[in-house]
Amino acid sequence: MVQLTLPKNSKVGKGKEWPKPDGAKKLRRFRIYRYSPEEGGNPRWDVYWVDLEKCGPMVLDVLFYIKNTIDPTLAFRRSCREGVCGSCSMNIGGHNTIACTKGWDEIASDVISIAPLPHLPVVKDLIPDLTNFYAQHAYVQPFLKTDTPEPEKEWQQSEEQRNELNGLYECILCACCSTSCPSYWWNGDKYLGPAALLQAYRWLIDSRDEATGERLDDLEDPFKLYRCHTIMNCAQVCPKGLNPAKAIAQVKHMMVERVA
Amino acid sequence: MPSAEFQTPTKTTRGLGSAKEGTGHYIRQRVTAIALLFLVPWFLFSVIHACKAGFAGASLWVAQPLNAVLLILTFGAAFYHMRLGMQVVIEDYINKTSTRFALLLLNTFAAIAAFAAAALSVMKIWFTAGL
Repeated sequence: MVQLTLPKNSKVGKGKEWPKPDGAKKLRRFRIYRYSPEEGGNPRWDVYWVDLEKCGPMVLDVLFYIKNTIDPTLAFRRSCREGVCGSCSMNIGGHNTIACTKGWDEIASDVISIAPLPHLPVVKDLIPDLTNFYAQHAYVQPFLKTDTPEPEKEWQQSEEQRNELNGLYECILCACCSTSCPSYWWNGDKYLGPAALLQAYRWLIDSRDEATGERLDDLEDPFKLYRCHTIMNCAQVCPKGLNPAKAIAQVKHMMVERVA
Repeated sequence: MPSAEFQTPTKTTRGLGSAKEGTGHYIRQRVTAIALLFLVPWFLFSVIHACKAGFAGASLWVAQPLNAVLLILTFGAAFYHMRLGMQVVIEDYINKTSTRFALLLLNTFAAIAAFAAAALSVMKIWFTAGL
């Protein structure tokens, strides 16, 4: 049976409530998941008060504020801080998203919870272990595959053919979609997940790619592809507004097309 | 996540390789669903209507060849669709291979048994109606 509750050593306990910053007028409470393998013990929820007047508009700014002025031990990933790199993906207020494009004023609740992406091993605090996720991306061989000798200049494509890639190529591999998918939670070792499958479709539909049949062969599997039951959590959380569920449906359509 | 210690993520992801199967299941699930889209409304409407005529009237209704054939088709599509759907649920939630195999087997047997019982009941009424 799938594990529906957290294992004993992952149960999140009550942590420390850090003191309010001095002289702050506009305060907001943040509840942040903390776990350190060096310290050992169970993860905990630490509470921080953030002076909104001294903090930028995004949740990532809040994390910087906390790290710089309250608690330097807080660990999180970030790089581009403008929604391009996909590093700062985490669960904010119950939804997977990237912290750099999520404004704290978009969240209505009194206290804003920030946790690592669900159902992944945690390396530290808000940093999940994504090695499996990357291996799944590698599995779909996300690069152009051709047998025809390379043309002198470039592989040509019409404007319409190029437009097929819109809504697919924008993926930043933040893993918000895959880790919001129950099928991925229960069978993450066997199911490739929405992110990898969206990329699979990006190469399946590419007019220049010649390995379409082999790509379909590698995907046709009750677990690798057909664990998707189109509940569309992936499309709901995607911070780039993409629709992996639709891409997966189109992969399934291609599968039917080649047998019927 | 299974115990993947000393195993590379690539090894885990490739697993036993692609089964090159699943599209058939996907198509059959949809074909039975489309059949049921027509059969279930007919079934509900007709059975409710037939029941109004009491036991004798309902038996007479089942004994009509067209009704009997459609009833058997409804049961066939429904139990087959049920088998396919339950298979997906079992595959989703049961990780342990031996338990999964056992439940998948039970699922198939249960669906066939239910269909056999339902279809034979219809045929009994159908064949014995004129006697």
